Amino acid sequence: MKWNLIIKRILFLVVVIGIWQLIFTLNIFEDIIFPSPFKVFTALYEGFAGGDFFVALGASFKHLFSGLSLAIVIGTIIGVIFGKSKQADETAGMYLIAMQSIPSIVWVPLAIMLFGFTEFAVVFVIVLGGTFVMALNVRSAIHNVPPQLTRAARTMGTKGFPLFYRVEIPASIPYFMSGLRLAWAFSWRALMAGELLSNGPGLGYTLSYAQDYARMDQVIGIIIIIGVIGALVDHFVFSKLEKTVMRRWGLQ
Amino acid sequence: MNEGEVLLFLQLKQVGKTFTTEEKQFQVFSNIDLDITENQFVSILGPSGCGKSTLLSMVAGLEEASEGTISLEGSLIKTPGPDRGMVFQQPSLFPWLNVRDNITFPLKGKMTKQEANDHADHFLKMVQLSRFKENYIFELSGGMQQRVAIARALAMDPKVLLMDEPFGALDEQTRHIMHDELMKIWQETQKTILFVTHSINEAIKLSDRIVVMGTRPGRIIADINVDIPRPRERSNLEVIELEKEIMSLLEGEINKVLKEELNQ
Ligand SMILES: Nc1ncnc2c1ncn2[C@@H]1O[C@H](COP(=O)(O)OP(=O)(O)OP(=O)(O)O)[C@@H](O)[C@H]1O
Ligand SMILES: [Mg+2]
Repeated sequence: MKWNLIIKRILFLVVVIGIWQLIFTLNIFEDIIFPSPFKVFTALYEGFAGGDFFVALGASFKHLFSGLSLAIVIGTIIGVIFGKSKQADETAGMYLIAMQSIPSIVWVPLAIMLFGFTEFAVVFVIVLGGTFVMALNVRSAIHNVPPQLTRAARTMGTKGFPLFYRVEIPASIPYFMSGLRLAWAFSWRALMAGELLSNGPGLGYTLSYAQDYARMDQVIGIIIIIGVIGALVDHFVFSKLEKTVMRRWGLQ
Repeated sequence: MNEGEVLLFLQLKQVGKTFTTEEKQFQVFSNIDLDITENQFVSILGPSGCGKSTLLSMVAGLEEASEGTISLEGSLIKTPGPDRGMVFQQPSLFPWLNVRDNITFPLKGKMTKQEANDHADHFLKMVQLSRFKENYIFELSGGMQQRVAIARALAMDPKVLLMDEPFGALDEQTRHIMHDELMKIWQETQKTILFVTHSINEAIKLSDRIVVMGTRPGRIIADINVDIPRPRERSNLEVIELEKEIMSLLEGEINKVLKEELNQ
């Protein structure tokens, strides 16, 4: 069953690459805008073997790590405030959704004007990209603590701050996990937006560099890297975590 | 202290509850008087919506009384406290804790971890779940979860055990097993139990005393002492007699509600 699935997925990939090769062989497009699969894989191989991609990836993950951690911390604090205080939620809750709906690339000019072409500007864009979605999810997490559980805890004499950290926090972990997963996805996108317009280093910068030198093989190669990393992290980290939590919390 | 006061245990005096929502006021019941002595097993029976859960929540301290007073051993009840343990219709256990940690939840800060664990083990044995102490809640059946909830309430060593249709969500078979277990626990721990139920048969099978509530307005329409020796078989003539008596009381109430609905 499991093997069956893996074989199907590999076959699908083979078919896609086959069609790609076929189009290339038919010479419909110029080679410069439509490189062969082989050329792209060579570019990928050279990028990694020469170490350039590793350097770029390292820088990107550094940005992502700083930005995402900040987004998680700030988003959680904002989310808890909005979740616990009806006053705050009524006053400013709407604006949280407005902020969340702004695409992260919009923040890039602002970041460059504020911080110049620095790595800090990139991190700033990532923070803005991840914070609001995190805050919204933490807010829902708090709102969705089953009242049954707080009632039960209260009958056992639990109240005040212990009620918050012994019941409300653990009870909100499933939504918190979804928040993490989304914050990661948003930050990953923001990272690329920020780096594309930066002065490097980073994967996004390497991508715009390849564009400047009309290296379509590298451009496609890097797009593949971005997609593969996005899928791998989601699958092996966040999706797994979320599934484990949902199961334990009896939500599945 | 005179003779009368010695007997006072759980006392409800002229208790009333009115819910106030934005514009409307809704009186669930008023003038509820109830004196419950220690070790008594009291069932509260009544049509849906008459305020059974509300009354129990008030004894638990989760809801405030709008009128009247509730006191336990002479002290007024205003807030929840570990002297009253509650078992809800839904088990309401904490899914992030294993069975044993659920039971030790209310004991934290009151004794050492080791003592709390020993305590939990004692009550887990009582509800026959010793084998499952390391398991998480999602790994248990509904009946097992409800047994953990009962063990958790007992572990606080409350003076009163409040149970709101605790077996309502269980199948017939499991419910009978739980009845037997609850009877054993009650005899073993000598707790005072206030038990809300929909089922006349369940009330008769378990209780020393059955309080029947009417509705619109909510009030006590009968207070019946059950002297039938235990165990009470369903085929016992006295049981059948009492069942009929309560049934006719409740039918009157339900018919009244239906008539009111139709006239509106
Ligand atoms: N928080 C609340 N606000 C407003 N009305 C409420 C609230 N809680 C309960 N009520 C009303 O009080 C009445 C009694 O509710 P309660 O849940 O105590 O009934 P019950 O006897 O337990 O019914 P059931 O047997 O269906 O569980 C109902 O009419 C209900 O609509
Ligand atoms: Mg009820």
